[in-house]
Amino acid sequence: MSEKASIEDFKAGTMTMAPLIVAVMPIGLVFGAVAAGKGLSAAEVAAMSALVFAGGAQFVALEIWSEPASWAALGLSAFLVNIRHVLMGASLGTKMGAFSGPSRHAAMLLLADEIWAMAEARAARRPLTPGWYAGAAVPFYAVGVLASLGGALLGAFLGDPRMTGLDFAFPAVFIVLVMGFWKGRETGAVLAASAAAAVITHALLPGVLYIAAGAAAGVAAALVVGRAETVPA
Amino acid sequence: MTMDPDTLAAILAMALATVATRLGGLVLIRFVKLGGRQRRALEAIPPAVLMAVIAPTAFVTGPAETAAAAATALAAMRLPLLAAVAVGVATAAALRAVIGA
Repeated sequence: MSEKASIEDFKAGTMTMAPLIVAVMPIGLVFGAVAAGKGLSAAEVAAMSALVFAGGAQFVALEIWSEPASWAALGLSAFLVNIRHVLMGASLGTKMGAFSGPSRHAAMLLLADEIWAMAEARAARRPLTPGWYAGAAVPFYAVGVLASLGGALLGAFLGDPRMTGLDFAFPAVFIVLVMGFWKGRETGAVLAASAAAAVITHALLPGVLYIAAGAAAGVAAALVVGRAETVPA
Repeated sequence: MTMDPDTLAAILAMALATVATRLGGLVLIRFVKLGGRQRRALEAIPPAVLMAVIAPTAFVTGPAETAAAAATALAAMRLPLLAAVAVGVATAAALRAVIGA
């Protein structure tokens, strides 16, 4: 492809992502502010956003943050929260015929739910190109990282998160995301099993074992309900 | 510009975990054919993990948090992400002020 066509593709990708690039700013700001409230320095906040770049995993990290930070608990929870990216990557990977091997892997390192959704929509209409993907992903990434840094620097001016209710921003984000996963009765079973296992484990055992317990119970529920539903078919 | 060693280790562990999940899909389509059961189990993980994270806050922390969680869930049916989150945050702040929690 010519260089000019690549630049046009880059612009088209950025235009498509524009509303989401705007939406990531307040999320980044709130993340940075609450992270600063948990005792992270501005450098640590920016490093986490730049290296991890996964909103859900980062919000979860703050929920279970401890002093000193536990790399095992945080790494495991990031893996569990982001395991959906394996499926997203498997799906999007089959639509990257125009990418070289290295550029395909580089593109995947910037995978985020929003970028994945836009790239899938684009691929349904015309071939996905590296230029378009870079135009969609790179500005979104840069704005997200800078917004979290800004939030960390400004956080001190936002006041006690409990008084302003800002500490509830992350549970609220998760609740909205959970609602987005709703696909009917099977999801209900997954959520009920996960919630029950998490509440019980949280009351009885220390640390973040309740997250693993909830995940295991939810998966078990999905398999049980799935088997019951596929038998007649 | 300070960087605590434990925090840095945690950030690097999180980064490694997310790199693994991001590249995992490309590895998967090269080597494995996903069956219905495996796909079902993988798809259940994100909602199950998110639900587990919020369950203690939503159900056993206090009435203000439980009510704010319910308000957020209702708002999420009609409103975009940020608006629904704003509803939850405002509900939590208002009810805590009323209850004095």
